[in-house]
Amino acid sequence: MLQLENVTVRFGGFLAADQASFFLHTGDWLMLAGPNGAGKSTVVRAIAQDVPYTGKITLDGQDLSAMRPSALARQIGVLSQQHQVSYAYTVHQIVSLGRYAHEKGFLSHRDSEGKEKIDQALELTGLTHLKNASMLTLSGGEAQRAFLAQVFAQDPRILILDEPANHLDLKYQQHIFGLIREWLSRGGRAVLSVVHDLSLARRYGTRAALMHEGRVTACGGIEEVFTPENLNAVYGMDVHAWMRGLLEGWTP
Amino acid sequence: MQRTDRFSWWEYALFTGALLAAMALCVCVGSVNVPLKSTLTAIWNSLAGKPVPEGVPKGIILSVRLPRVLCVALSGAALSLCGAAMQGLLRNPLADGSTLGVSAGASLGAVTALAFGVSIPGIPYGGTMGMAMLFAFGSLVMILSLAYALDKSFSTHAIILIGVIFSMFASALMSLIISFAGEKIKSITFWTMGSLSGSNYDYALILLTALILCGGVILSRAREMNAFAVGEDNARNVGVDVKSVKLTLLVSVSVLIGVCVSIGGTIGFVGLVTPHLSRMVAGPNHKKLLPASMFSGAIFLLLSDLIARTLLSPVELSVGVVTSLIGAFAFVIIFRATRKGR
Repeated sequence: MLQLENVTVRFGGFLAADQASFFLHTGDWLMLAGPNGAGKSTVVRAIAQDVPYTGKITLDGQDLSAMRPSALARQIGVLSQQHQVSYAYTVHQIVSLGRYAHEKGFLSHRDSEGKEKIDQALELTGLTHLKNASMLTLSGGEAQRAFLAQVFAQDPRILILDEPANHLDLKYQQHIFGLIREWLSRGGRAVLSVVHDLSLARRYGTRAALMHEGRVTACGGIEEVFTPENLNAVYGMDVHAWMRGLLEGWTP
Repeated sequence: MQRTDRFSWWEYALFTGALLAAMALCVCVGSVNVPLKSTLTAIWNSLAGKPVPEGVPKGIILSVRLPRVLCVALSGAALSLCGAAMQGLLRNPLADGSTLGVSAGASLGAVTALAFGVSIPGIPYGGTMGMAMLFAFGSLVMILSLAYALDKSFSTHAIILIGVIFSMFASALMSLIISFAGEKIKSITFWTMGSLSGSNYDYALILLTALILCGGVILSRAREMNAFAVGEDNARNVGVDVKSVKLTLLVSVSVLIGVCVSIGGTIGFVGLVTPHLSRMVAGPNHKKLLPASMFSGAIFLLLSDLIARTLLSPVELSVGVVTSLIGAFAFVIIFRATRKGR
């Protein structure tokens, strides 16, 4: 489905992504992990065509950089890490923006399918009761769910999620990750998410890629990638011991 | 209750009624007050090609007040539309049409024309207007080229930065010209404060054409502006062609501002205050906010111009002074109300 070949991004003299290559097949939930500043979000921005890059990113063989933004948005939905809402838009208005690429012309009226997708997205993310609330009054977690609902309303084939668990409480982490898994199971779809919580990555991911200093150091099945050697080399600490230590506090 | 996406016909009818009432008031009231019936008779009879009855001050209504009222309403609508568009595009509630620096460029052109006596034979104020438009366009090209040279992605920060620096540069040049302007200093100062006292039907036609063309483009990008107001990344993610939409809007706003400044001088606060006021009524959705801003901008400038003409009659104030005085107070009140309403 989605293939990255030697994707390199430079910000002035700084090499943010260095020859990053990996692929995303139908049914994959690829977890992109690594320490801060490893280049994970930069790779997401390159896929979203938000930063200039060298190398090639293709979707079913078609070069993403040659696609029109609206055509790209119908295929790939991106949840960014940061959101800034400047005015008192309602949750419904924010979610409705997800239908932009499906509605043609400025005089177009939303069809019943569009309305249905918006209502479904609001319901899935538990925001129906807040649909008329101002975005400026929401908590961080509610705002995150609103933007996730926007991506669902966009109805893409691939979800690119930059730290989707950001601001979410445990209940909604479980709910949203379960929801994404259910979304993925409907066929013809794939997910790439940037994660810091390796337990969530191990629990929900089908494959993983590790990044360090702009390079993809390992990519493959979860067990194959999350080995003590790979993780220790990337994070510079004994990750397995740390994770086990955290868990021990919960054992009776 | 969920807000609808667009205004209904009766809401438009209400806005149009309010606008027409404000226009009628401004034509009737002045140093000589004219009854509404006489005003309507004069306008209707001249449109129908019939003679205007004796005793109706035809000259005041048709040659002085009506063209002025038309220019004021069109300028107000254009300035407010530009302000709303810039506030949405730049996600900055303090932005307006002048943020880009084009307005300062147009002023520099006009001041140059006034100081050096540039004129076009047969067209009153033609030299000032022509130079203002030329400088507005030149400023736009220069600002966008510099912003692009600084940042190839046309980032909003680069555009605002260049706009602000350019405005300061143009103001410095204007001060320099004014200090050598001698006896022309009064006409230059009056022009820079903004006034539509020399309006005629040709100016109204120019404003109308610019508003239909540029305003039409701006209104047609309402959906994209909603996406921009939530962040440029978000706009791109939902499928907006960010660079192309941004460039189209910036050029449209600049041309419209250039035309307005060249006709009425720099009239402050209309583009800042009225979009905020409209946002309180219509909400942030640009499909409603942009038309609401046009109506409220037109009405606000009409009433300000009326005050400018009548407050210290027979002395006429500059409309820019009135809009700034009212606008500064109104802005503080609106901003407070908006923060409370969150």
